[in-house]
Amino acid sequence: MNSVTPKIRFTNVYKSFGTKKVLQGINLDVMPQESVVIIGGSGTGKSVLIKSVLGIVKPDSGTIEIEGRDVSKLSHHEREQQLKKFGMLFQGGALFDSMKIWQNIAFGLIQGAGMDKKEAKTIALEKLKQVGLTADVAELYPSELSGGMQKRVALARAIATKPDVIFFDEPTTGLDPIMADVINELIVKCVKDLGATALTITHDMHSVRKIADKVAMLFEGKILWQGTVAELDTCDNDYVQKFVSGMSTAVKVA
Amino acid sequence: MKFSPALDGALHAVINRFFVQAFLQSIGRNFLNFLEAIGRFAMFAILALSHCVRAPFYLKNMGRLMIDFGYYSLPVVGLTAAFTGMVLALQSYSGFSRFSAEGAIAGVVALSVTRELGPVLAGLMVAGRVGAAIAAELGTMRVTEQIDALSTLSTNPYKYLIVPRLIAATVTMPLLVVIADIIGIFGGFIIGVYHLNFNAGAYLKNTLDILTFTDVFSGLVKAAAFGFIIALLGCYNGFNSKGGAQGVGNATTYAVVSASMLILMSNFFITALFFGV
Ligand SMILES: Nc1ncnc2c1ncn2[C@@H]1O[C@H](COP(=O)(O)OP(=O)(O)O)[C@@H](O)[C@H]1O
Ligand SMILES: [Mg+2]
Repeated sequence: MNSVTPKIRFTNVYKSFGTKKVLQGINLDVMPQESVVIIGGSGTGKSVLIKSVLGIVKPDSGTIEIEGRDVSKLSHHEREQQLKKFGMLFQGGALFDSMKIWQNIAFGLIQGAGMDKKEAKTIALEKLKQVGLTADVAELYPSELSGGMQKRVALARAIATKPDVIFFDEPTTGLDPIMADVINELIVKCVKDLGATALTITHDMHSVRKIADKVAMLFEGKILWQGTVAELDTCDNDYVQKFVSGMSTAVKVA
Repeated sequence: MKFSPALDGALHAVINRFFVQAFLQSIGRNFLNFLEAIGRFAMFAILALSHCVRAPFYLKNMGRLMIDFGYYSLPVVGLTAAFTGMVLALQSYSGFSRFSAEGAIAGVVALSVTRELGPVLAGLMVAGRVGAAIAAELGTMRVTEQIDALSTLSTNPYKYLIVPRLIAATVTMPLLVVIADIIGIFGGFIIGVYHLNFNAGAYLKNTLDILTFTDVFSGLVKAAAFGFIIALLGCYNGFNSKGGAQGVGNATTYAVVSASMLILMSNFFITALFFGV
């Protein structure tokens, strides 16, 4: 167990925005090919945590290691190579609104991997099908899609390049239960079939049970509890229990 | 309420001291903020320039932007130039006839348009059109996390978004100004010949006689500099916008206002460089 280097390791990560303390000493390991799910009330810094791995947010202190290497000590080029192997689904979708749907999905293939347009489009259409959308949306623009459809396109874009590590920020929020299940299956498939490592944020306990190998609860800037899904049901932490059983009184909603 | 004179004096001293100190502090703080802003802007400019000379280059983006910045600015810039040339001819006629120097009109129009009014007015119009568009587009991309998404898709936002805009604007502005020069001089010609009854051949000959290479060239150097300023401030403000729609609105305003100011200021220095004695 301890001979394996974690894919991602957070050590004492702190981050504040002005006077607002968001992350206050995060310690978490994500092992290779593991699917870790982060749960926690909204505004607790879940998105910030993921963004700090991707270099979008810079931690104030602490280290983030990827495959055993401190990301802040990498050269610009090394960091770029590393980011090539990552895929990210943004909470808000973050689709390029000046591009058609298929161009959005194919973007990483064409720009990053240098694939030719025709081949990339074929893959884009295939991914579109995997997220439950028909080929006729391919020629539309993001603004012509509903929120849930945009989310699925963003998911298709995140997995199109077959990344080694995938970050999903609330992948099923805004989807109906049936479609949410399709997406859960897809995430499981990415992890199991492609051998990817996944770090997912969700509020959906159904998703948690379906996709998580490990669950981590973020509370007041720290990982309050972590363990397997089975342990989740038997854990004796009050806050976690209330969160899991959906007793809203305990959950601070920002 | 009345205090004894001594207490009154002391009170005044305290109040003065407090306010003077607060006043000086606020000046100091603003000055430091100002320096910090300049520093951030300079860093941004240096980073952007360093990406201009390193592959990959997004030539297709650049081409599309050149058409957008140049071709679609033609109506606005052309109209501005035409009316400026026309009004110059009218003004100099009514002014110069007092010294019986009507003959100088062709030259005045040609020099004013090529050296100053062509590039400066085109620059201000393009700052309003293109600078605002750049800031709004990049600002929206920033607040909707599209810029962050770019970097997760192995694409450097500086190279993909900023470099093409800087180069497109810097290359397109001189082309626009060449056209503005021609239209402006033609505007003066129309007024000179059809309204003030100059001889067409003589007017054209006067124009060509007086114009030198430096007159036109200095104007084109200005145009390139203005194009660069417009794109740089548009990109900087858009790239660093915060918040939602309001933040994007502010970014757009700053982009246009700061580009316009910088155009007028740099215009002075470039003029001094070419013609200053
Ligand atoms: N770029 C930013 N600037 C300032 N504050 C931010 C920024 N990003 C996030 N925050 C703040 O950090 C806190 C956590 O945000 P986030 O990670 O998005 O929460 P969530 O757990 O719901 O994903 C919020 O209070 C938010 O206001
Ligand atoms: Mg979030």
